Amino acid sequence: MRLINRKPGRPLALFLALLPFVVVFVAYAIGSDIRLAENPSDKLLPAPSTIWDTAARLITEPDLRSGRILFWHDTTASLGRLAMGIGISALLGLVFGLLIGLLPIMRSFLAQFVAVLSMIPPLALLPILFIVFGLGELSKVVLIVVGTLPFIIRDLSQRVLEIPQELLIKAQTLGASTWVITLRVAIPQVLPRLIQAVRLSLGPAWLFLIAAEAIASDLGLGYRIFLVRRFLAMDVILTYVIWITILAFLMDWALRTLSRRLFPWAEDGL
Amino acid sequence: MSFVTVTNIFQSYDGRPILERVNVSVDESQFISIVGASGCGKSTFLRLLLAQEQPTRGDVQIAGAPPAREPGLDRGVVFQKYSVFPHMTVRQNIVAGESLRRGWGTFWGAEAKDARKRADATLARIGLDHVADQYPATLSGGMQQRLAIGQALVAKPRVLLLDEPFGALDPGTRLAMHDFLMELRAETGMTVFMVTHDLEEAFKLGDRVLVFDKPRWDPHDPSLYGATITYDFDARDGGIPFQRLKEDTHVLHETRS
Repeated sequence: MRLINRKPGRPLALFLALLPFVVVFVAYAIGSDIRLAENPSDKLLPAPSTIWDTAARLITEPDLRSGRILFWHDTTASLGRLAMGIGISALLGLVFGLLIGLLPIMRSFLAQFVAVLSMIPPLALLPILFIVFGLGELSKVVLIVVGTLPFIIRDLSQRVLEIPQELLIKAQTLGASTWVITLRVAIPQVLPRLIQAVRLSLGPAWLFLIAAEAIASDLGLGYRIFLVRRFLAMDVILTYVIWITILAFLMDWALRTLSRRLFPWAEDGL
Repeated sequence: MSFVTVTNIFQSYDGRPILERVNVSVDESQFISIVGASGCGKSTFLRLLLAQEQPTRGDVQIAGAPPAREPGLDRGVVFQKYSVFPHMTVRQNIVAGESLRRGWGTFWGAEAKDARKRADATLARIGLDHVADQYPATLSGGMQQRLAIGQALVAKPRVLLLDEPFGALDPGTRLAMHDFLMELRAETGMTVFMVTHDLEEAFKLGDRVLVFDKPRWDPHDPSLYGATITYDFDARDGGIPFQRLKEDTHVLHETRS
């Protein structure tokens, strides 16, 4: 039987899905064990149990100086920035995507400009953003927007262009104006794509968030990681990395579920 | 008095002529079938009737109005596919036939209720009332085309344009759609243009059959000349004999149900 026709059964599929996680964990545990056997005070690969204890401490015990549980404050600060940045990107992306995709005049006006803008490496702009918008929240949000917006605009305008011409013609023969076509045909058709674009942008958004927080901040997940790096506190760093991964995964999952709920007519992707 | 007048139309893309010297005039509530080989400009002709494109020369007038510059309410259309809105349920698709012309593209309050009721009546008429709340993707090809025709008719166009509407359907469904279309047409008395590949279908449904072909042919450069109407058959009863099926197709009718 050809390999492309072999499908795993349910138990095997579950086993295969879990396998890479187990392998990575076991490999880490062995590596950590070897190093700790040689030098019990090694900080590079803390034992899984140490990470677990650190995580429990970080999540439950307040900071001695401020009396706040910094873990949760870091989380809310970072999530707030991320939500703001991605939200603004999604909204602007939808507006410009529709303008470029639907209106030939706007396409001529903006499509090439956006294509060029999207080639600017956003991190190269970070110093400018800090100078212009200060070191507060605004510059971090702007960095996320600058980093994710061009992609969302380009993706969405492409998706709008891919709406079958027949549907737009049909809507016109039913008397729809440009505005109504936008509202009743184009927006419902591209909203699932917008959610998809946002899901794909979450990775870059986290990257830009952590980069901005690492350089100038006093709160946030990225800030904390780069702060404790000075003490080689690998257990804290790994806890935060795992937490960020869980958060990002949950967001992705939530968006996918939302998309399926809201747009039952759209075909599923990954 | 002719209802649709096509005057001396030329159409070319990038200097390549597709249609040349097309003249035809059509009376109100005639059914016009358009046939011809692939790539001979049938669909281009339909797009010109739809005002989706502007001819290089000549013009199309409907009911004496000045030539339209973009598709509008007076022309309804059904394509081979993508003719219904996939993000609306079957009922919403029918309601859209009336509501898209509004400022916000929708009805509110009591008006919405009335529109839904009318839509349900329409759906019962076209035999789709049992799937009113489903999305078009869950319907069969024949049901989708019935929905598309119903949606186009709800807007009460003056001319209905069909671009190979039954091209993707199986023969049984196709015969059912013929009956369906003829019934609707008898009710509304609408002027219909239908592009088709199926000669039998063209002669069965049409009052007139227009054949598109290239009258001039340069063997060294086949795309040098465009196509035009080379035959204009009268396909009604009592017209040219032997252009219609005389036999009744009882067998197919019975196996269909």
